[in-house]
Amino acid sequence: MAWIGERDLGTKAIAAAAPAMVTLRIDGQDVAVPEGTSIMRAASLVGTNVPKLCATDTLEAFGSCRLCLVEIDGRTGYPASCTTPVAEGMVVRTQTDRLAKLRRGVMELYISDHPLDCLTCSANGDCELQDQAGAVGLRDVRYGYEGLNHLVADKDESNPYFTFDPAKCIVCSRCVRACDEIQGTFALTIEGSGFGSKVAASQDDGFLASECVSCGACVQACPTSALIEKSVIAAGTPDKAIVTTCAYCGVGCTFRAEMRGEQLVRMVPWKDGKANRGHSCVKGRFAWGYANHRDRILNPMIRASVDEPWREVSWDEAIAHTASEFRRIQAKYGKDSVGGITSSRCTNEETFLVQKLIRQGFGNNNVDTCARVCHSPTGYGLKTTFGTSAGTQDFDSVAHADVIMVIGANPTDGHPVFASRMKQRLRQGAKLIVIDPRRIDLVRTPHIDAAYHLPLRPGTNVAVLTAIAHVVVTEGLADEAFVRERCDWSEFEDWAAFVAQPERSPEATEALTGVPAADLRAAARLFATGGNGAIYYGLGVTEHSQGSSTVMAIANLAMATGNIGREGVGVNPLRGQNNVQGSCDMGSFPHEYSGYRHVSDVATREMFERAWGVALDAEPGLRIPNMLDAATDGTFKALFVQGEDILQSDPNTHHVAAGLAAMECVVVQDLFLNETANYAHVFLPGSTFLEKDGTFTNAERRIQRVRKVMEPLNGYADWEIVQLVANAIGLEWSYTHPSEIMDEIAALTPTFAAVSYDALDRLGSMQWPANEAAPEGTPTMHVDHFVRGKGHFVVTDYIPTDEKTGPRFPLLLTTGRILSQYNVGAQTRRTDNVVWHPEDRLEIHPHDAENRGIREGDWVSLRSRAGETTLRALITERVAPGVVYTTFHHPATQANVITTDYSDWATNCPEYKVTAVQVAISNGPSDWQQSYQAQAERSRRILHEAAE
Amino acid sequence: MSTTDHLVYMANQIARELASQCPDRPVAATRDHIRQFWDPRMREAILGYLDRGGEHLSDTARGAVRLLRENAERAD
Repeated sequence: MAWIGERDLGTKAIAAAAPAMVTLRIDGQDVAVPEGTSIMRAASLVGTNVPKLCATDTLEAFGSCRLCLVEIDGRTGYPASCTTPVAEGMVVRTQTDRLAKLRRGVMELYISDHPLDCLTCSANGDCELQDQAGAVGLRDVRYGYEGLNHLVADKDESNPYFTFDPAKCIVCSRCVRACDEIQGTFALTIEGSGFGSKVAASQDDGFLASECVSCGACVQACPTSALIEKSVIAAGTPDKAIVTTCAYCGVGCTFRAEMRGEQLVRMVPWKDGKANRGHSCVKGRFAWGYANHRDRILNPMIRASVDEPWREVSWDEAIAHTASEFRRIQAKYGKDSVGGITSSRCTNEETFLVQKLIRQGFGNNNVDTCARVCHSPTGYGLKTTFGTSAGTQDFDSVAHADVIMVIGANPTDGHPVFASRMKQRLRQGAKLIVIDPRRIDLVRTPHIDAAYHLPLRPGTNVAVLTAIAHVVVTEGLADEAFVRERCDWSEFEDWAAFVAQPERSPEATEALTGVPAADLRAAARLFATGGNGAIYYGLGVTEHSQGSSTVMAIANLAMATGNIGREGVGVNPLRGQNNVQGSCDMGSFPHEYSGYRHVSDVATREMFERAWGVALDAEPGLRIPNMLDAATDGTFKALFVQGEDILQSDPNTHHVAAGLAAMECVVVQDLFLNETANYAHVFLPGSTFLEKDGTFTNAERRIQRVRKVMEPLNGYADWEIVQLVANAIGLEWSYTHPSEIMDEIAALTPTFAAVSYDALDRLGSMQWPANEAAPEGTPTMHVDHFVRGKGHFVVTDYIPTDEKTGPRFPLLLTTGRILSQYNVGAQTRRTDNVVWHPEDRLEIHPHDAENRGIREGDWVSLRSRAGETTLRALITERVAPGVVYTTFHHPATQANVITTDYSDWATNCPEYKVTAVQVAISNGPSDWQQSYQAQAERSRRILHEAAE
Repeated sequence: MSTTDHLVYMANQIARELASQCPDRPVAATRDHIRQFWDPRMREAILGYLDRGGEHLSDTARGAVRLLRENAERAD
């Protein structure tokens, strides 16, 4: 049971847009509800809570517990109110002597096989069984407690985050239904029958060993303490809740942070959250323990050289030192010799302040953000074609899609909560096309079977998308009416002529893409003719030398098929980090102010100059890779890094290390001494999302509040730290609350004009653009016209990457992430999530493994032109022959030692997804890994002197 | 790869893409892209490379950098 302080209406609301209304009488009260509503829900809406156990308004009605019986005039028997729909003129009684007796009888049976340890039960006071026993007036149990029971059944404590106690289970199936209906994993079942019925995970393997993905939906659904969080067992039931937004992926789930005092007891997905609709994944739900991890640094530290140990200092000294170093370096090397990196994990307000610090305080545009290495091509591609650097839909839109195309994304691992919503739609019958080198889980998962999986060779996205467009155009499947009305027709004609060329056909490109032409043709026909076609994509699209071209090819396809501007369609980038959309929106790129306006735009620049009282640089600044190049060249000397670990996350680790080592001052503001901090001279301890106010913007442009639930352990929220630095270099900032920063953002950014904390509190969330024309935000973009006017078709010629395989490096490495870990793992590695993914492994096809004599679990060396590392092998057919795959969550592996400097032509987004490699048997960690580990340990030494 | 080599590679990469995207004006489009996204020291470096002969710049990229040079001289 999870909803402290929240009402459960028993069954779901009717989803129809304009349903017919039905009027009935319940216990003498007239009520009008949409046709199809259950009697239980109708009763709840007029304040009558019919007793229930198996019903909850997040699940389909089930009708098994027999507690919600009612009497209906003119009908015989006692129907279950959860499964009986209302009817016009119906007269219902929910409480009669007969009903009370029946309910007590049912409850007696439940309680006769239930431990009577309520006072010591971890759910005491938060248990629906306890509540319903009271509601039905249970006073004794005629059957006694001596009969056959389940009270000695073994408790399953294998999952690190929750326990399953069969003795407390009433076999209501809520957990099984939650796993099926909400999460879509189908890991749970009711095993056996009759008295022997019991909840089982997979084949009764125990929760940890089962297919369970630990999303927590079952725990949330459980009406007793049969499934309960270990944190509740340890801390007791929470007594208050504050709604806030998850700091993991770009889905942006909202949670109720349930507290006792300042202690976080559990995170429970918020039922009214518009991004997650009450669902969660293992990270957001459970993996928040890093906030109190012993590795967290709470005192500021400085050192003169990275060879020295850290010295703890006061905040005053650390801030003054930072300001003085940046001023010294600018005086010596020029104003353009410094810069900073904003964080996609921090709030919009914090990100805005960092870029303001650089532009207003440092006087240049040398600001970039981690979107550089993930979705910068999305910004470029969608702005070029549609006019706005963002996805076109809200997540709800997927419920209206008929054909879903997933390209270069692995939603069940990377965006699991959205993946569950996508799977719900697929189980309803929507068709699925997956374009991915790997056979991701979505291709074939319970009750879902992709219509087509196009397992393309890494690096051939543009060729595949152009071949799809070739089929659309040459077979007359384009939506000409849409294109004529909404797009530039002559550009379309040029594009159509290009894609129609015979050399773009599926047959002509099959040899290079590896995609069977017949499958590609069939997939193209399905997408073009199957109804609402929605495209979802991820970093498998962007992290290529043609990343921006691929985004534009996707946009072309959506426009050509008329799949833009309404629910159920669109181009949907699945953003990686929690606030990567927001960090881009906030002016984190070196060529743009907030709202994606170029720094050379005079009117925009003058507006910022008036607001900030300084002249601003009209020239674009350096991107992250350019900063590192400039550092090795000696023209870039100081870097302020907030919440980003470029040494682990960015490509070609050796080059990143060389760049950082060449700087005279590197400031890292973070929770932990991350890998980048090995090269830092100042460490400013950061605050977690639990310790500050602000907003995050998710992948659907939804701006949501982050609310402080406890004081920052380090003493300051991150926005306060940036303000301290700003004021130390002579700026006169006086923000007293992040809401004031948002007011400044809104005043300077047309797409945020209507955004304020008051509005967000009132509406729950807002999707930008939110302005005079759309005061509550914009769920679907480009409805009547594209932001840029006419949709812009761009010819996207396939140009092979220069990263080539050959005799020395015959395999292609592609990298990605896994469900239980997040990005560089700084947070999730410091939680019990390591149970599922304690190390990065190299996925290799059985044929490639056999050719090299590699067995499961062997140490293997992974070598590219850029570097070498070692890790253990995982032999799987998920990858095609010739392709290997690994994650980059663990610094011990440093997968980015392998990746190269090749990058997207337009944005310099690294080509993480294509690296030519060789794999061979190895004895264990490489010399480089061992020396790196030793260096990292030396670098993390701290002299614990008392700070002032 | 040195920074200059990297910039030359980037300029050629941009030129190669824009040749098909903007067939009527690939040189100007490449110039615009560099102007819009490269920091001044990067532009100075590629101009310096052009002045040294620009050996490894593609025709389109070389034309774009020449345009950059002309624009810079006009601005002076």
